[in-house]
Amino acid sequence: MSDGVPGSAVLGTPVVPTGDGRPDGADAPPVVVPRRRRRRLRLWIPLGVIAAYLVAGVIGPLIARYDPIATSVADRLLPPGSRMSDGGLALLGTDQVGRDLLPQIMQGARISLLVGAATLLLAGTVGAALGILCGYLGGAVDATVMRLADIQLAFPSILLAVFVAGVLGSSVTNVVLTLSITTWPIFARVARAQTLATRSRDFANAARTLGAGPWHVVRHCVLPAVAGPLLVIATVQLGFVIVAEASLSFLSLGIPAGTPSWGTTIANGRDYLASAWWIATLPGLALAVFVVCVGVLGDELRDRSDPNLSTR
Amino acid sequence: MVAPPHAPHPLLTVDDLVVSFDGPLGTYRALNGVSFQVGAGETLAILGESGSGKSVTVRAVMALLPRHSATIERGTIRYDGEELSALPVRRTRELSATEMAMVFQDSLTALNPVVRVGQQIAELFRVRQRTSRREAWRRAVAGLERVGIPNAARRAHDYPHQFSGGMRQRVVIAMALALRPRLLIADEPTTALDVTVQAQIMDLLRELREADGMAMILITHDLGVVADVADRVAVMYAGTVVESGPLRTVYDAPAHPYTRGLMASVPAPDRPGERLTPIEGMPPSPLATPAGCPFHPRCPVARAACRTDRPVLRVVATGHEAACHYAEEVMAGVDVRGAA
Repeated sequence: MSDGVPGSAVLGTPVVPTGDGRPDGADAPPVVVPRRRRRRLRLWIPLGVIAAYLVAGVIGPLIARYDPIATSVADRLLPPGSRMSDGGLALLGTDQVGRDLLPQIMQGARISLLVGAATLLLAGTVGAALGILCGYLGGAVDATVMRLADIQLAFPSILLAVFVAGVLGSSVTNVVLTLSITTWPIFARVARAQTLATRSRDFANAARTLGAGPWHVVRHCVLPAVAGPLLVIATVQLGFVIVAEASLSFLSLGIPAGTPSWGTTIANGRDYLASAWWIATLPGLALAVFVVCVGVLGDELRDRSDPNLSTR
Repeated sequence: MVAPPHAPHPLLTVDDLVVSFDGPLGTYRALNGVSFQVGAGETLAILGESGSGKSVTVRAVMALLPRHSATIERGTIRYDGEELSALPVRRTRELSATEMAMVFQDSLTALNPVVRVGQQIAELFRVRQRTSRREAWRRAVAGLERVGIPNAARRAHDYPHQFSGGMRQRVVIAMALALRPRLLIADEPTTALDVTVQAQIMDLLRELREADGMAMILITHDLGVVADVADRVAVMYAGTVVESGPLRTVYDAPAHPYTRGLMASVPAPDRPGERLTPIEGMPPSPLATPAGCPFHPRCPVARAACRTDRPVLRVVATGHEAACHYAEEVMAGVDVRGAA
């Protein structure tokens, strides 16, 4: 009821017809942006930004090639917008060995997004599946898996990363593996709690009294209830995972040197914060904007998928 | 497979059912030897106050007891000659919807909040009868029309929370009746509704029962709700059936002091302003059921035997059973307080 319904008519005060025969106040401009349009913005702005990141990550490095060993001492620590010695424009400045930051950040987006998405997919799938299994079956399965999750939560993730890097070596796959092992208990816990709350609700029982087996109940009653909270968790975790990847890379336990992620670039700029703020700040900004957009998008998607919140 | 109508054996027989729960305070018995029968096409009302075990009984029948905390210690549940209590739960699920179905008390919790109601009913046709998506939807809309939902074709696209309580209960009924079960269990179907809507829902249930010729178990704590619908009543107290028989017989000549107390506590429309006659005391805690007759601490006719001997359900008249040592006196209407 937010888009321009004349309040006077609703409240029952006499409606005085104006010259054009319309009720008084009907053509007064709405003071606030209609909720419907604000909601559209909440969907499309983050979607647009995320799409831009994806395009930059996928196509960017093809256009502006990033070469980790092409250093140029003359161009070191140039501020954003400077001309480089080869005549190119360093839109976002250069780092301490004269590499252009823009291609570096685009290349970093590729790695960070890949690691983030792959980790969430792996940890989310495994975690949700185990969580639903535990919540639904209960008993010994539940106890075993959940204690495993507790052990995992108590185990320092850095130590695990050292272990994985030491045994398997450092690679993108191993970073995804390490981060998935650290993240799955969070998904499992949420999925389990939601399953416990749903599995003996009356509508699940109603489905049973109509002949539904466990698989059907999980698919039609439990999964829709689990999906919303998991989506929210996933958007929060995406930020954490990208930052965690950055910390692992910083400790050289993550992405091998030569493949820049946002984390390695931020770490590089740490020593030059006072003299060349852009090296650490710009990839950090890129990371922050991305995580915020994912968060807003996740919230909006959750709200849209919840019929109890939707009005027509 | 389908038994002929009016088969010699009853449709559902529950015999000496004992169900216990593991609670934080220890194990307690929610059902302590429940027995009743429902014949094909018959409507049985199960009456009793909160905690008397009505819901546990039907949940045991539908195999809905919580797996980890509830145990069926003893007794049998027999549906159409099959002993369900001895078969895996899967068998009960196979019989569900086509043979027996259930209507829950709170229609809001009985419907999946995130699935459109048409979809929830259509699912049933798709999964159980393997119909096409389109055909399932068509039948779902027809089912909604049958229970009197106006504009069913459009309303089928709505979510449960967009319906009023009465309309939602109709949706639940449509869902339960979709595959034309032979036995409908309605667990307090009108408790969450206001009085006028209650009457509509009861009328609807009666019409549908007559149209389909199905049997019905109607659980309620409202004596008035069942008066027009039920053929027989079973009165439960503290986890047992204390009296059962044809509705008119039980209402007119109750053979158990508890039933008589219930009848006496109903306000009479012809004597407005009269003080009600409640049953004194509280129902016993299932953790500390008294020895002997579970009703004796509240019973106006209780005597020495009631404190030690637990009365069993016995025939007191044709088709009329009661679990009271002095059922005949109660039936005869002896002034119990004078006799005590």
